[in-house]
Amino acid sequence: MYLTHDPIDLAALITQVSSAEHGGIATFTGAVRSSHASREVVVLSYSAYGSMAEHECAAIVAEAEKKWPVRVALAHRIGDLVVGDIAVAVATASAHREEAFAACRWVIDQVKARVPIWKRETYADGMVAWVDPTAPDGIVLARPDAEAARG
Amino acid sequence: MAITVHTLLFARYAELLGADQLTLTLPEGIKAGEAVTQVRNQHPGNALPSTVLLAINGRQATLDRPLHDGDELAILPPLAGG
Repeated sequence: MYLTHDPIDLAALITQVSSAEHGGIATFTGAVRSSHASREVVVLSYSAYGSMAEHECAAIVAEAEKKWPVRVALAHRIGDLVVGDIAVAVATASAHREEAFAACRWVIDQVKARVPIWKRETYADGMVAWVDPTAPDGIVLARPDAEAARG
Repeated sequence: MAITVHTLLFARYAELLGADQLTLTLPEGIKAGEAVTQVRNQHPGNALPSTVLLAINGRQATLDRPLHDGDELAILPPLAGG
């Protein structure tokens, strides 16, 4: 399972890829930022199309392990996160650093491009928006009646 | 003969349409893009964007893919993971 509702344990991911033959370990962690689109973020809520997201994460890990002589661990958080929480983490291990860095960079880029995950930001002023990389400001404001509809 | 397609909506699209799943009864041989048009027509005023990402049975799919009875069609907003 690559998606988790629990806090991500980076040390556990590193342990997962470590071995006597894999001396070069690279990691990437993405944490919740305090500002986006010139607004102060207080909560970032992640949701996913779970079954497809799991499949895409597994495919990305398998492809990376085929492209480079690396071992890959990946985790992505789902649910409500606050500033500073780790949302995504990648650990790659190889005999040498070049492959570990290259694979780590490739995996996080693929996660952003392929895995069906979405995020909804709540700002300090009470406004709520969906993060949309295709929108001019990078966000689309949520419908004002959505909170009531959500129950 | 009609087919039944389970349609999933996520994130902003679920919010726009006020539902995260719809059961569509569609004519046999219909393409995924035509099913999305039907969803659009059933929810006037809450228009989905003119271009959407689709997945059929959990794999990304193009608008011209034909749908079959029992398929799971997912209409995906722009991805924003990471």
